Amino acid sequence: MNETEFVKILSSIVLQSTPLIIAVCGETISERVGVVNLSLDGTMLLSAMTGFVAGLLSGSVWIGFLAAALVGALFAWIIAFGSIRLRKDQFAVGFVLTLLGDELSAFLGQNYTRIPGESVRHLGIPFLKDIPILGPIFFDHDPVVYFAFLLVGVTWWWLFRTQPGLRLRSVGERPESGFARGVDVNRLRYVYTLIGGALVGIAGAAYSLDIKLGWSEGHTRGLGWIALAIVIFGGWSPIRGAVGSLLFGASKALAAALQRRFPEVSVVAFNATPWLLMIAVLLLVGSDVTERLVVIMPKRVQPRLRRLLRVRPPAALGVAFSTPESQGE
Amino acid sequence: MRRIGWLNPNWIVVPIAIIASLLVTSALLLAFGVSPKDGFDAMLLGAFGDSTKVLSVTAFWVPLALAAAGLILTFTAGMWNIGVEGQIVVGAIAASWVALKIDAPQPLLIILELLLAMAAGALWAGIAGLLKTRGKVHEIFGGLALNNLAIILTNYLISGPWQPPEGGTFRGTEPFPAKALLPLYQDSRLSPLSVGIVLVVIVLIFIVLRGTKWGLRLKALGKNPRSAFIMGVSSEREMIVAMMICGALAGLGGSVRVLSWFDSLRQSISGGIGYLALLVVMLSATRVLLTPFIAYFFSAVLNGSITLQLRTQLHSSLGGILTGVMVLFVLLFGGVRPMKLPSQKTVEVEENE
Amino acid sequence: MEVVLENIRKYFGDVKANDGISLVLDSGKIYGLLGENGAGKSTLMKVLSGYHPPDEGRIVLDSEPEAFSSPSDALAQGIGMIYQDPLDIPAMRVIDNYMLGWDRRVILDYARAEKELRQNAGRMGFQIEPDAFIDSLSLGERQQLEMLRLLALGAEVLILDEPTTGISAEQKESLFASLRRLVEEETKTVILVSHKLSDIQELCDHVFVLRRGKLIGSADIPCPTQQLVEMMFEELPPRRPRVSYVRDDRVLLQVEGVEVDDDRLQIGNVNLNIRAGEVFGFAGLEGSGQRLILQACAGLTPVSEGRIFFDQQDVTRWPYRKLLQAGVAYLPAGRLEEGLIAGLSLMEHIALTNPMPGFLVDWRHYAQETEVRIQRYQVIGQASSYIETLSGGNQQRSLFAMLRDDLKLLLMEHPTRGLDVRSADWIWQLLYQRVEAGTTVLFISADLDELVERSDRIVAFSGGSMSRVVQASETSADELGHLIGGE
Repeated sequence: MNETEFVKILSSIVLQSTPLIIAVCGETISERVGVVNLSLDGTMLLSAMTGFVAGLLSGSVWIGFLAAALVGALFAWIIAFGSIRLRKDQFAVGFVLTLLGDELSAFLGQNYTRIPGESVRHLGIPFLKDIPILGPIFFDHDPVVYFAFLLVGVTWWWLFRTQPGLRLRSVGERPESGFARGVDVNRLRYVYTLIGGALVGIAGAAYSLDIKLGWSEGHTRGLGWIALAIVIFGGWSPIRGAVGSLLFGASKALAAALQRRFPEVSVVAFNATPWLLMIAVLLLVGSDVTERLVVIMPKRVQPRLRRLLRVRPPAALGVAFSTPESQGE
Repeated sequence: MRRIGWLNPNWIVVPIAIIASLLVTSALLLAFGVSPKDGFDAMLLGAFGDSTKVLSVTAFWVPLALAAAGLILTFTAGMWNIGVEGQIVVGAIAASWVALKIDAPQPLLIILELLLAMAAGALWAGIAGLLKTRGKVHEIFGGLALNNLAIILTNYLISGPWQPPEGGTFRGTEPFPAKALLPLYQDSRLSPLSVGIVLVVIVLIFIVLRGTKWGLRLKALGKNPRSAFIMGVSSEREMIVAMMICGALAGLGGSVRVLSWFDSLRQSISGGIGYLALLVVMLSATRVLLTPFIAYFFSAVLNGSITLQLRTQLHSSLGGILTGVMVLFVLLFGGVRPMKLPSQKTVEVEENE
Repeated sequence: MEVVLENIRKYFGDVKANDGISLVLDSGKIYGLLGENGAGKSTLMKVLSGYHPPDEGRIVLDSEPEAFSSPSDALAQGIGMIYQDPLDIPAMRVIDNYMLGWDRRVILDYARAEKELRQNAGRMGFQIEPDAFIDSLSLGERQQLEMLRLLALGAEVLILDEPTTGISAEQKESLFASLRRLVEEETKTVILVSHKLSDIQELCDHVFVLRRGKLIGSADIPCPTQQLVEMMFEELPPRRPRVSYVRDDRVLLQVEGVEVDDDRLQIGNVNLNIRAGEVFGFAGLEGSGQRLILQACAGLTPVSEGRIFFDQQDVTRWPYRKLLQAGVAYLPAGRLEEGLIAGLSLMEHIALTNPMPGFLVDWRHYAQETEVRIQRYQVIGQASSYIETLSGGNQQRSLFAMLRDDLKLLLMEHPTRGLDVRSADWIWQLLYQRVEAGTTVLFISADLDELVERSDRIVAFSGGSMSRVVQASETSADELGHLIGGE
């Protein structure tokens, strides 16, 4: 395989990973504020269908994305409302919504399967796309891909470099401390969960309007669950989440490429690897291996390394919060 | 049923939930140009129209009821056994192996198939359980990964070692010899034996939960693990055992599916029955005796939707929407929280000195 | 800033945590707030610092009545409190915690904040590492950070809740020096909530003493310790003579040089020899370490040093379940959190803790057995009642009803908390029946009366260390008060 082929593969990995990157960013925000949106798989299916159909009917992909974002926000709102106001289990509500999203997408999209529709137009960035190697990989795509890059950067910056981001994180870590510092815990939970949901919706539409054009039943099935796992793998950080998404995309591309090269090696191995990898990674996250790694490093490096490898979930993930005087709520 | 007072909020919420789901379904029907009356008629016909239909609904019901019965145990213990889907699949795989590879007289063959299916399901669940207790991998992800691995295994077997003699069609393995299949009632897909098994299982689960020390410990564990620990209940062991029993029952359901509903191992051998069973249990609020009825209702709706599709050209997922909305409603607005799941705790800002 | 509390009342259900407290605080002074557990000190300060609104009464700052919606609101008015468990965020770094709520700007200016933090820390004599994670800091360091943060945000009144627990002597000295400087040079007001009489006398100008939700008295410092102790603890009625069931000197539970570590507290050098048939009391204010030791004896908390012997066997490494089987029982104070299971009936609880051989549960047997125990322990409730529907007192009785008959050692946290005198008396009658039958009892109590009345011997815990052991029949409220206060 020569250089251009290699570059082409990397470029396609970046493209293929885009929806996952967006979804992981959105869910990271949601979980950082303490709400798990288990309905990701269903949301993405429904929003992929919605995005495609809205785009088709209106003639504009952007309307498609908008509609998809609204769908994502709606599902997220149901979970947030059920959890914050009604005190019901986030997982249970999320799970039912996963299945509902799947069914609704199949039903509402039944007249729109396998037909051509709108798609996002290619838009290479002038000058940048001509840089050898890096250019075609990162800068010769379409606005959705660039949006994903920006999103990762903005999310990271917002979470870790701004006062509002600090407040966001406090809600997910220790809401009572946030409360003591004047943070409106439940309002922030709603706001960021909706934003996260909207992003997941956009991710779904990114699939049907950009990556795997069109709609068919079960179009994006499985992606939502993978996104949930990558959030954990990425240690609830948008940059590591993006890296995880790219790695996942790379493993799939690698599997496809190797399959062509070694057709006799069983399909099973390739299909099974991502799942086995997921279990391996989660085992790693749950163990104290990373901490043990850190302590054997030289003292100066330790704090930096610790921050880099920190994979603890937000301490108040999935926990409801009540202020002292709102007991009757 | 001893409850605080006689007014059980669920008894009010459930009828409202049913109405809500009927309204949503009607709205969807209308939106697609079908009158609700025609739509529901088609579904009723599809479920109960004639004896073949009823037998089909019952046959579909069996693995669903078995999986749901098993899930009652895991939910009682406070766990989310999403891996139930994969446990059904490996049960089917194990039964298929016996069917294809073992030669024995029929009664023995069937017993072997069922037993091995239960063992496979238990094993699969045990792995998820160990991943959780020892590896701190949440049972949702462990279960999910194992579900997919089970399906991958199925596809491999279908297109590879167990493919039909005329070449892989990717739809199913070679058909099982007749004696490996469960005896069916007339020319339906229903195995009377399997119905008997379901009834026995339901009764057993009921007895276990109400009348055994183990069941009581499980209940304690699910409601308050800390207090249970202080009282001497060992959480790790009980959890894994509960998972394995659930897996065994799910596996049993898988074997029934592959030996009566189908005649060979198929690609979508379970097709979401496990996930459906989770919904059934959410609705039944861990009351074992309600579970078979709710499962039957689900089965009727889903099988009815197939006729709906045939008649009105509307996608059969409408049935799933109906049941899904109902569960969502009960979950959100049900007064008494059906399950105290460990993923939700309340942080009360400190009050006492 | 002059702070006036007018007739503050705060109720939690039936409990009158603050029952009409009024006091005046002038600036430029250090005040002490003294009282036993349950006296209402923390609640009062939480009201003042904006954590809870008062149910009645009001707070007046510089002649302006104020109502606070949250602690940050109170801080904006100049009142800041450092809680016993500081409300920081363990998973974040020191600098992040400092900057949360620091200013209104969107972008975080780490450089400026760090500079300010280091400056302020230096001035107060604290060692702060901005990049360290909070969960790696000691309790003392976390309190220091909170103090810096509050001062930086303009606190004029600084409230410290038990600040000297868990910090070294040098840290304490520098803390006190800084507090004095704040008060003298910057005319701030400092309120020290503490049970350590020596600290109060060393640092404060004036002290308020609370007892049972009311302001019992106040005094200028210097003041004789005796006077303070008398205000804190009610005079005890003369002790009724009690039969001791200690038959011989056989030691049932021996604790040797034990040290237990917790993230908050370290309690060390504990040595106990508890005899069979003895009733042994642990005195001390909450958070002094007695609970850790009790849990260590039950195998619920690991021991970092030393050994524990039960019935001549080394049980230091034994897990809880093994000790349970060996005849030890543990009754936690948090009834519904740790001892009972909401959603299960009384009968089910009895069945869980008194298993019979076999797989099946003989409900008829347990129905009868539960009835028997209901009678014996006078529980107001039925066998089929859900445990959470019982009143607190009856839940406590249920906890006793669940105990096995043949116990060797009973470890209890606050056995009569929340019970009225009659119920408490009844519980002790039942306990003595068990002691007579051979059970040894080890219990924690915040009620001096109960400790002196019911125990054979008592030991007090204060700030992570154990006092000498005293005979209940020979001690007094005075002596105990001193021991609890750390003298």
